[in-house]
Formats: sequence, C-alpha cells, structure tokens
Amino acid sequence: MQRPTSRREFLRAAGAAAGLGLAAAIAVRPAEATPAAMQDAIRKVVGTARVSPGRVKLDLPPLVENGNTVPLAVSVESAMTEADHVRAIHVFTEKNPQPDVVGFRFGPRAGRASVATRVRLADTQTVIAIAELSDGSFWSASVAVVVTLAACLEEA
Amino acid sequence: MANALISVPARARRGEIIEIKTLVSHPMETGYRRTQLGARIPRDIIRLFVCTYNGTEIFRAELHPAIAANPFIVFPTVATESGTLTFQWTGDNGFSATESAAITVE
Repeated sequence: MQRPTSRREFLRAAGAAAGLGLAAAIAVRPAEATPAAMQDAIRKVVGTARVSPGRVKLDLPPLVENGNTVPLAVSVESAMTEADHVRAIHVFTEKNPQPDVVGFRFGPRAGRASVATRVRLADTQTVIAIAELSDGSFWSASVAVVVTLAACLEEA
Repeated sequence: MANALISVPARARRGEIIEIKTLVSHPMETGYRRTQLGARIPRDIIRLFVCTYNGTEIFRAELHPAIAANPFIVFPTVATESGTLTFQWTGDNGFSATESAAITVE
C-alpha cells in the first residue's frame, strides 16, 4: 500500500524543483558579459602586458538613475609629449551584453589626455578604464556603479 | 542627412589646448532590444568617429552598442595652426556623416 506523501516530503521535493527551475533560468538568461568575458576583452587589447592600477581617473556618477545615458569622463596623468603620451583609452564593463564600451585613440597633439562621452549601463556593476601609454605600459581605474533603471532591456 | 552639432572655439592662441565637443543624432540601436512581439531589433550603430586637423588625424573613437543614443564626445587638441577640423562618423547600414569647422590660430 502506498503511504500518502507527507508534508515534509512534499516540501523537500518542491524545493528541489524550484532550485532546478532557478538554475535553468540562470542558464538561459540573455547574452550577458561576465567578469570573465570582460577579462577576455581586456586581454585582447593589452595582450600579455601587465595592467597596473593608477594614473587613470574615471569619473562616473556612483548612483545612476537612468542607465541609458550615463556621463563618463576619463583622464590620464601624462605629459603628452612625443616621447611620453597616452596612445589609447579603452573602457570595459562587467555586465553589459558586451564588455567593450569604447576605445579612444590619441596622439601627442591632444595636449592633454582627457575625454568625455555618454554610455549605457545595463546593470549595477564595475566599469574599468585602461590607458595605453607610448612606452607600452597599461594603467587602469575602476568604479563601481549602482544602476536603478537598466539600459538595453526595455522593449521598443 | 544626419544632424551633427560641433563646438570648436572660433579663435585660439597658438599652442593653446582647446576642447572640442561633438554630438551627432543617431539612435545607436544596440541589437539587444526586442519589440513587443519578441522580434529582435537589428543593430544599427555608429562604429567609428575620426577627427582630422588640416588633414592629419588627431583623434579616433571606436564605438560599441554601449554608447548612448546621439553619441556625444568631448576631446582636447592643441591649436597648432589656422585651418579646418573635419569630423567623420561611419557606422552600420552605410551610415556616414561629415562635418567641418574652421579655426583661426593667432
């Protein structure tokens, strides 16, 4: 004779099913860059060079109300002479659908290494700016941003 | 076709660092959004922005979908000589826009 399912067994089974469902939901989430994808994107730019923190200043509001337009400014301490200048500045995100945000290329004629633009942020995440100097060294700065209204996900 | 706004100082002293502001109207459709019926909206972005000063390239930006609609870019340059600055944006679906501004350096 089959014993009716006890409340305890039922709850255990339901919990397991819910856990599976959650795992499946995570697995089928839409394309999203992960910190690992960001590392890959950074590797593509810097190659095997070491990226040291410092010299770069990344300005982003710490709390973003609308992720669709977020003011972003990057500046790098550099003399900007023919011998010592910033060649490029790259910006990456952890959780946007793609890790790349923008790449700026400069020369000594810029006079000063600073740029500003407006970006989209899909989630609360860390944004990294990496500067490539003419001597081949790479410097970085990162900022953690809280986003309340995410970009990229709304329907048109 | 495309509307672009440029801000370049009309005159500058030789050697002065000037700030250039550019804004171009473009939806920068990411390619990740869907319509209410679930169809994916194809990507349509500006991929490249180049600024030349009397024919010499002084600044270039590679843009990705994470740049907000109507890309706004601010960058500096040294005012070396009088002449023209040319700005060019190119992107998906054959998008291309060119704008220029004159500067007098004294």
